[in-house]
Amino acid sequence: MTLKTASAPSDARNTPALSGAEVLMRALAEEGVEVIFGYPGGAVLPIYDALFKQKQIRHVLVRHEQAAVHAAEAYARSTGKVGVVLVTSGPGATNAVTGLLDAMMDSIPLVCLSGQVPTSLIGNDAFQEADTTGITRPVTKYNYLVRKPEDLAPTVHEAFAIARSGRPGPVLIDLPKNITVGDAPYVGAKDITPRTERTQTKPDRDTVARAVKAMKNAKRPLFYTGGGIINSGPQASEALRKLVKMTGFPITSTLMGLGAYPGTDSQFLGMLGMHGTYEANLATHDCDVLIALGSRFDDRVTGRVDAFSPTSFKIHADIDPAQINKIIHVDEAIIGDVGETIAMMIEEWEKEPAYNHQKELAAWWHQIDAWRALDCLRFTQDQAPDAVIKPQQAIRRIYELARETGRDTYVSTEVGQHQMWAAQFFRFDHPNRWLTSGGLGTMGYGLPAAVGAQIAHPDALVMDIAGEASTLMNIQELGTIAQYRLPVKIFIINNHYMGMVRQWQELLHGSRYSESYSDALPDFVKLAESFHATGMRVTQLSQLDDTIRKALAHDGPVIVDICVAEGENCFPMIPSGAAHNEMILGPEQAESGAKITKEGQMLV
Amino acid sequence: MQQEISGSAVISLLVDNESGALARIVELFSGRGYNIQSLTVAPVDENQATSRVNVVTTGTPSAIRQIRAQIARVVPVSRVVDLTAEGPYVAREMALVKVVSSGEPRTEALRIAQAFRARAVDTTASSFVFELTGSTEKLDSFIELMRPLGLAEVSRTGVASICRGPQTIQSI
Repeated sequence: MTLKTASAPSDARNTPALSGAEVLMRALAEEGVEVIFGYPGGAVLPIYDALFKQKQIRHVLVRHEQAAVHAAEAYARSTGKVGVVLVTSGPGATNAVTGLLDAMMDSIPLVCLSGQVPTSLIGNDAFQEADTTGITRPVTKYNYLVRKPEDLAPTVHEAFAIARSGRPGPVLIDLPKNITVGDAPYVGAKDITPRTERTQTKPDRDTVARAVKAMKNAKRPLFYTGGGIINSGPQASEALRKLVKMTGFPITSTLMGLGAYPGTDSQFLGMLGMHGTYEANLATHDCDVLIALGSRFDDRVTGRVDAFSPTSFKIHADIDPAQINKIIHVDEAIIGDVGETIAMMIEEWEKEPAYNHQKELAAWWHQIDAWRALDCLRFTQDQAPDAVIKPQQAIRRIYELARETGRDTYVSTEVGQHQMWAAQFFRFDHPNRWLTSGGLGTMGYGLPAAVGAQIAHPDALVMDIAGEASTLMNIQELGTIAQYRLPVKIFIINNHYMGMVRQWQELLHGSRYSESYSDALPDFVKLAESFHATGMRVTQLSQLDDTIRKALAHDGPVIVDICVAEGENCFPMIPSGAAHNEMILGPEQAESGAKITKEGQMLV
Repeated sequence: MQQEISGSAVISLLVDNESGALARIVELFSGRGYNIQSLTVAPVDENQATSRVNVVTTGTPSAIRQIRAQIARVVPVSRVVDLTAEGPYVAREMALVKVVSSGEPRTEALRIAQAFRARAVDTTASSFVFELTGSTEKLDSFIELMRPLGLAEVSRTGVASICRGPQTIQSI
């Protein structure tokens, strides 16, 4: 970054001397920071002292640094602001690494402040020293080691600019203790020129016009939208709704994009990809124009690359030029903010509103409806009062009963089968409500994410749809939940297995369940009580609805241990390396699915 | 899709001369499985604030485009150019080649060095150190010829490159 005016530092000289830690607080306040998720330690004591002396920024004490990052991610994802993390040197910083990579993969804007030993000790293997910038280089969008006091304030401002610009991501600032203890000059955000200006946000009009022309010629079009739309902001989701409505085209979404388009709308086909719906995946395979908006052709979406949507003309809009042609070769690439791209698409579409393929589009919808008729998420729950609960039943009822409350609801998940079922059954009306670890698939994400979401939205209903294995990976956050009296609802879909591992072992490894059984699980009810929360347990169908209702109505944190059928698999499933039309269906759909696929191939 | 042919590319970039900048570039290559055949780096402006990095890499045209795009994302990188794709360019490297021999091989080594316009920058009764500048191919063939004549050690700089004509890395 460069300083804009030579006078800026001399202005600072006229103000009373501030310590580096105080300069840091001031810079964070100027960047609009309201909450920091962190954990103290030796190298960050001066920062914690400065935090103590001010009132503007609130600190949330987590129980593990990884959880601080996930909480900040959920805070950022659910508010659109930059999440801020504060950790100490050495183990504090290394514990944050998983969270940083999680944010990197899912394009979440974060600034992570890490303590460091004094500059004079760097390289001496000092106590709690780690080469933090070296370790975090591949897991951050950018990182800094502040070596000079005059670099401190400009670095903080540039870090925020980088975190939120272009494709958002995590930025780490390593702060040696002598920098935070010693005096430092203050420089305002307006007085620096951050190195973010090369990001092209405005899409090229001609390219968009060509893309819209291809859309006008489409007979079997499909929108494939991703997390980029959420990152672009609520106006992007609004524009997307308008574009989808005016075109009448079907739309599918990635895991990260859920909520950008209303899940309950009839034009929405559900999620695509490995555990996507039958109709979304077959539509992706058979469409003739695929419009990818803020999505990156992740391998969980594409399946076998050479069989991915083989006959379509592909339009790809993304703010990150490195995503273009990375995995799938596209025919029209639009670089820029996806919200602006969609707005421009609307303008171009309206220039000549006539769409001459209504008949073909109707036939395409007819085909899609035939696929939909398979009802790929259907399952049969034994209705006897003492019947074992199916995990799908539990998740669907949590969704339906939460919806009945009419409250604004934020949902986080851990990683595994329960996550995929939640993605399948939860239908979001609004963006920023769905908090999940997509790219990295970090078990233990959901509980701290619920903390971050509840801190950001104290009056909202915040739920963590959890698996018993994942949630134990960050279970210590029950302490944070207790301390801040966060009324988080944790629904543990307890099948005694690492369910997704078990499923792959069943399908690919001859049902040899190697190390995937959770032996010696804790008593989650007692666990909840020991952390000052309410614990509930459900073992049979007759108790399910009442317990969920009771948990949702309870004014405080609740863990519901829902003991479910152990052997359920999550379908549909595209095995890795298979094509979209080679889906494995559930036991109830398998037969009719095979039939429809053949019919479908003849029709389209 | 038809099979793309893998080839060599010379990528030049300008990067802020800050600590860790080179590591960012190098780790990007290793982390994403790209190949580095040669690498040169040195500050190139009057304030020593900007360094130029020249990387010779191999890959299919789409892989090279992906490498370019990935490098462009690195915050301190202000410019990336695939010289191979942009038109004619000059690529040169320098080698120091030590030959230890006597008698006929020693005379032969000196004769070949003269033919290649290599300079003997160090001479003892039993050895030469030749300095040679040129294309990678020229250096390769010189070293091959020296091999049977007592080749003992080689030190090469890697490729420095620049586009031909009035264009610059900034104006391409």
